[in-house]
Amino acid sequence: MSLLQLENLSVTFGNFRAVDNISYKVEEGEVLGIVGESGSGKSVSSLSIMGLIDFPGKVSADQLTFDGQDLQAMPEKQRRKLTGSDIAMIFQDPMTSLNPCFTVGYQIMEALKTHQGGSKKELRTRAIELLTQVGIPAPESRLDNYPHQLSGGMSQRVMIAMSIACDPRLLIADEPTTALDVTIQAQIIDLLIELQRKKQMGLVLITHDLALVAEVAHRVIVMYAGQIVESGPASEVFSTPRHPYTQALLASLPESAAGKARLEALPGVVPGQYDRPLGCLLSPRCPYATDHCRKVEPANQGDLDRQVKCHTPLDSEGRPAA
Amino acid sequence: MNQSDNSSDSTLILKAEDLKQHYHVKQGLFKPDAVVKAVDGISFNLEKGKTLAVVGESGCGKSTLGRMLTMIETPTSGKLAHLGEDLLTLSADAQAKLRQKIQIIFQNPYGSLNPRKKIGAILEEPLVINTKLSKAERKEKALTIMAKVGLKTEHYDRYPHMFSGGQRQRIAIARGLMLDPNVIVADEPVSALDVSVQAQVLNLMMDLQEEFGLSYVFISHDLSVVEHIADDVMVMYLGKVVEQGSREQLFENPKHPYTLALLSSTPQLSPDKRRVRIKLQGELPSPLNPPSGCAFHGRCSYANDRCKSETPRLRLDSEESQEQGHMIACHAVEENRIEAIAAGAA
Repeated sequence: MSLLQLENLSVTFGNFRAVDNISYKVEEGEVLGIVGESGSGKSVSSLSIMGLIDFPGKVSADQLTFDGQDLQAMPEKQRRKLTGSDIAMIFQDPMTSLNPCFTVGYQIMEALKTHQGGSKKELRTRAIELLTQVGIPAPESRLDNYPHQLSGGMSQRVMIAMSIACDPRLLIADEPTTALDVTIQAQIIDLLIELQRKKQMGLVLITHDLALVAEVAHRVIVMYAGQIVESGPASEVFSTPRHPYTQALLASLPESAAGKARLEALPGVVPGQYDRPLGCLLSPRCPYATDHCRKVEPANQGDLDRQVKCHTPLDSEGRPAA
Repeated sequence: MNQSDNSSDSTLILKAEDLKQHYHVKQGLFKPDAVVKAVDGISFNLEKGKTLAVVGESGCGKSTLGRMLTMIETPTSGKLAHLGEDLLTLSADAQAKLRQKIQIIFQNPYGSLNPRKKIGAILEEPLVINTKLSKAERKEKALTIMAKVGLKTEHYDRYPHMFSGGQRQRIAIARGLMLDPNVIVADEPVSALDVSVQAQVLNLMMDLQEEFGLSYVFISHDLSVVEHIADDVMVMYLGKVVEQGSREQLFENPKHPYTLALLSSTPQLSPDKRRVRIKLQGELPSPLNPPSGCAFHGRCSYANDRCKSETPRLRLDSEESQEQGHMIACHAVEENRIEAIAAGAA
């Protein structure tokens, strides 16, 4: 049984579909990368798993289960117990996700107290243990620091310490390193992967950095305008992309172009709320689009392990099928 | 047209010598002021039509350098010459004239455009201030430049909020081009953009460089973008240049331990391009209280006692011939300690 299983999850805000019928699953001990440009629905889909979508947002799904338990049918109280302990999340900007009015120690102990309880002394020992685990030097003195006294990398380490406080089985990291420098990014990613291996967690890594996903993820999901356009094992998706969007994204990376050659940029931008095209959402930007693509929305082809949402998936040479 | 057109392609457009920017920071009523050496002795030559990339982590002084080059800030000391003319000793009037020739594009296109002004007004403002063109001439010029950067005529009467990030960066680039500059300082121009849009803007910048013979000072922390667009690269750490050279030298034969660490920390798409990860301990030290000796010694695995006490000077790489100009500031490289340790580990 999969740790997390989604089937046809949609999130709507009024008439706007931010997430449009996505299905995927995460196994225990697996790193799943979700990539996509801004506005592709990668953050909203993970917030909906956490149950953090507020009115007027609406979440609906045929199936939304964590470890066999139906998250939708579950009473609100029970679900809140689950999120934060068994399912935890790390947010993008560590500087603004921590409360500036409380010390770091207080904020870590708050999470522990809510989910596990214990005396003040026990909580403090556990908090120090957690800070040591995420590689913060002199954790005893750091507990009494306020967030403004920490650098970006340190704050993100504190965020990670908070999220792993209750030994979660699924960790969702939403752009955990976007606000950080490259050398610090490398440290944080190494830390996350090390923790993931040690605890055999499922890790959902949401990012727009394709190279980062290529390095650490086992499986990858490519999202475009709220839909999953391609999914599969990371090595396969990056070596032989089947969807024109994945192909174009990879081609537009500077490292794909030799020397000072022009990059193969995908023309146009991700469609917004009011300019959704008919048929395939990529059709206005897709070099292979036919009239059929502009009228009829393609269905997902293949099973959950290797999926592509295209009328004419690309073959191994990168050409569309006839 | 530009005055520089009468000379050959290898004209020296911008020459910086030992540029320094030190800030005084008050530490309290009775404590003496601390000095932050934001930029501490930087020299480079920028030729016509070339791109100099400045790489480094946040807080290393790369944006301060950009602000000095555009004369937004006056350097504490050093020389800065544009086409042989010293920019820092000129009168205010003459400086204002030369400022037109060095323009800047900022990082965040959501913050750098005035939301209350229409695109036309944003683009024409430099002309209103610096030229005596009539209203009709200004509009004509604005529309020509808009066409060059891929904006449509109807965008002239729109407000910035009606545009996407990539289009806004096009507007910012167009504004930079309004006064026919020779040099454009681009401060992280694509880091706020999505990958596919980033490629569009990079292509545009390279096309414009070819068409107008522009020189870029390209400030970025993204090494894969720098590898693509730069001719020369300068790696900065805490206000100092640690390694400087051509793109080939920097990316194919990096020498300084910090450059090596930066390169190995950058995620790579293809498995064969990945380098052995060099783990850097700790973070960039505070510029208020920089380490003695080599600023990098606290995070460097090759550091010894000499690195802790003596500041390394930027010198030419001894292995390569002198003309190639690959410069490194590191005791370990000089003493050949890095190869020795690497060989011992292997």
